[in-house]
Amino acid sequence: MGKYVLKRVVQAVVVLLLVAALTFVLMNLVPGGPFLGEKAKSPEVIAALNAKYGLDKPLHIQFKNYIVNFVQGDFGVSLKMQKNRPVSEIIGELFPTSAKVGLLSLLFAIITGIPMGCLAAYFRGGKFDSFLRVIMTLGISVPGFVIATLLLILFGVKLGWLPTIGLNEPASYIMPCFSLSFYPMCYLGRLARSSMLDAINQDYIRTARAKGVKSSKVIFKHALRNAFIPILTYLGPLTAFILTGSFVTESVFSIPGLGRYFIQSILNRDYPIIMATTIFLAALVIFMNLVVDLLYRFVDPRIDITKGGSEA
Amino acid sequence: MKKALLTAMIFCMVFAFAACGSNSAKGGDGVMDVSIASEPDSIDPALSTSLDGGTMNLHTFEGLVKWADDGKGHAKLVPGMAESWDVSDDQLEWTFHLRKGLKWSDGSPLTAKDFVYAWNRLVKPETGADYEYMLDMVSGYDSEDKVLDIEAPDDQTFKVKLAKLTPYFEEICAFPATSPVKQEIIEKNGDKWTNSPDTYVSNGPFKMTERKRNSKIVMEPNENYYDKDKVKTKKLVFHLMDDTNAMYAAFKSGELDFINQVPPDEVKALLKDKTLKVDPQIGTYFVCFNNKKAPFDNPKVREAFSLVIDRNFIVSEVAGTGEIPAGAYVPKGINDAKGVNGDDFRKVGGDYYSVDKKDYDANCEKAKNLMAEAGYPDGQGFPSVDYLYNTDANHKAIAEALQNMWQEKLGVTVNLQNQEWNVFLNDRKQGNYLIARHGWVGDYNDPMTFLDMFITGGGNNDAKYENPAYDALIQTAKAEKDPEKRMKTLHDAEKMLVADDNVVAPLYFYTSKRMIQDGEKGLYYTPLGYYFFGNMTGI
Repeated sequence: MGKYVLKRVVQAVVVLLLVAALTFVLMNLVPGGPFLGEKAKSPEVIAALNAKYGLDKPLHIQFKNYIVNFVQGDFGVSLKMQKNRPVSEIIGELFPTSAKVGLLSLLFAIITGIPMGCLAAYFRGGKFDSFLRVIMTLGISVPGFVIATLLLILFGVKLGWLPTIGLNEPASYIMPCFSLSFYPMCYLGRLARSSMLDAINQDYIRTARAKGVKSSKVIFKHALRNAFIPILTYLGPLTAFILTGSFVTESVFSIPGLGRYFIQSILNRDYPIIMATTIFLAALVIFMNLVVDLLYRFVDPRIDITKGGSEA
Repeated sequence: MKKALLTAMIFCMVFAFAACGSNSAKGGDGVMDVSIASEPDSIDPALSTSLDGGTMNLHTFEGLVKWADDGKGHAKLVPGMAESWDVSDDQLEWTFHLRKGLKWSDGSPLTAKDFVYAWNRLVKPETGADYEYMLDMVSGYDSEDKVLDIEAPDDQTFKVKLAKLTPYFEEICAFPATSPVKQEIIEKNGDKWTNSPDTYVSNGPFKMTERKRNSKIVMEPNENYYDKDKVKTKKLVFHLMDDTNAMYAAFKSGELDFINQVPPDEVKALLKDKTLKVDPQIGTYFVCFNNKKAPFDNPKVREAFSLVIDRNFIVSEVAGTGEIPAGAYVPKGINDAKGVNGDDFRKVGGDYYSVDKKDYDANCEKAKNLMAEAGYPDGQGFPSVDYLYNTDANHKAIAEALQNMWQEKLGVTVNLQNQEWNVFLNDRKQGNYLIARHGWVGDYNDPMTFLDMFITGGGNNDAKYENPAYDALIQTAKAEKDPEKRMKTLHDAEKMLVADDNVVAPLYFYTSKRMIQDGEKGLYYTPLGYYFFGNMTGI
């Protein structure tokens, strides 16, 4: 197991380096730059700024310098959006906000989505199943900004029950968390439903039923555990993405999170922020995939992750 | 079934919990909650480039001169850190006399040396300030080492030597970037000095008491400010938001007292019921032709393209927020020779083509003749051209209206092309376009801020206009001492730019929008786009 994890970590470093190199090249290929504005800066100012941030050197030297500094924990400073503020500080401040909202949303999606799918599978073909399926289909097809805006108008403006800006009180979390969790909740529900249906039709379930095991126990213990593998596979990347925040939700509810900032940094060509957030997100996805692979063993001891076929 | 019940219960609990959360209390607490934009790029007066950052700086900092309420909600220039000033006969030597006992917000004394430091810091290339050119009239600006010809013979005297005549120099002294900053703090903390209220030492009516990045900036009255008794607002909170729907929702729910952006779809209805107010702003939205590239290297083609634009239609049906149709390039609200007390530059200059509704058909007729003279009768033989704009719903609507007018009235084919902001700027600056949208907002109240951008090779001359006669007029105006003659030259320059050469096609003059809660008084603003929230009552 230890050897396996070590192997994965080495792979992760290679992947991250590739991600960094690719982002660096693409970012520099896009026209424009951090010092471009409606009002032109004088050539001396541009030259001084390029020299200050090391942007006057050839690209490969810039990349080498970036990686060397990165390894030492120096992610550079913001060039435009929060001039001269260390990027590590910006991420350190924005990520916890996104993560807090994300974690709550994730928990909500899991505790509602999976039971929803199980229930739909249990009552398959019935009216309750149809009702849940309508909700789940809605959740997958309605874009996040529609849900967020509808909530904002209904509960924030018309009824005035919930605060509309920021995360200043516990109630502030309700609307962003719900709009962020609606899609994964429904997706998890559908996933749970289809894999449950698969599991329910297996021989061992029939055996369990024949032995007189209680219906709820059959569903939630025997069937769910086996149906959990595809859910777990989806949960890995989902966790990484939901924790790093969503542009839409964070914009609509004015949440100072990483998701919104990432998009803005690209529009502003704030190179160090683009680099650091991309690498951070990639690292998180890789890490979550590793966690999921390790968890497979606990869910289904028959899976031996060290024997190929399960690399991220 | 139990699980379904449980799920339903969770939903109910969540919403019951929601109902308990109440909105922040408002009214009568002296707290002014405003939202004018998201996190500013910087709150260092030298580095801030945006109107929102500048607005914040004008509350926490103060220059030699400041903006005060004229009693009608408009800002006028009054003595700030300087109590008075003398100007030499040749108008090139300015001596400012600072008030006695001035202090920084940390209680330490503020002297003329702080201005010497701040001004030299602003123009030093290493500072990387966008607005370093605001002091380009000061002697020493063009020198190799960029050390300005300014001095502090004693703690209360600040002397400035100008290299060029600058009738608007007082306004420069009220510009946020020329505020003093504390040397000791900046040298000790470097770029981090703006991060926390402890190191963000300022000299204006307010001091920053909390900074929560991407969320809010809180200011409270500065007890060391010389005029602290006149500051009425007890607390000023800038909420940093970037979604207009969210801003509008927070205003409607009463969480915000002031917003300056509303969702585009709401504008018409809000203007109608007068809850959205409109103030003139010195800025012009215009169409920029690439004067170097065929077919727009022909002034007749440019003039024809300009004449068929139905500016009234664009203002009333497309933009729709009280903008003023532009019959010239320099916007309304700019002072002519007599300064604030005299006439408006636009009123003196008049329009260079009629924007009257009834003259539109005649304009189109003239445009058709011009196209024929240029060799494209009814648009025949005219190549298909692209109109470039940056991706945005409003710019798109205007682009579509223009496309329609040009195609219908001139018989030409115009394709619309939109680009992301940074790519767009890059292409426009490099001249990789034929027609592009443009907008320009003045830095100070003088026609020069609009006209000197079109000199040959100028960094902002995206039209790639080259005319030695125009360059000469601008140079003459810059050297002219007599205000009347200077303005006359600037009017001539504008005429050359718009009427003779048709370098650009102005569409409309900008306005700034705002919403403020009923009964709240004391707000004032400058047409430069800055709002002042320090004297609010009824909040």
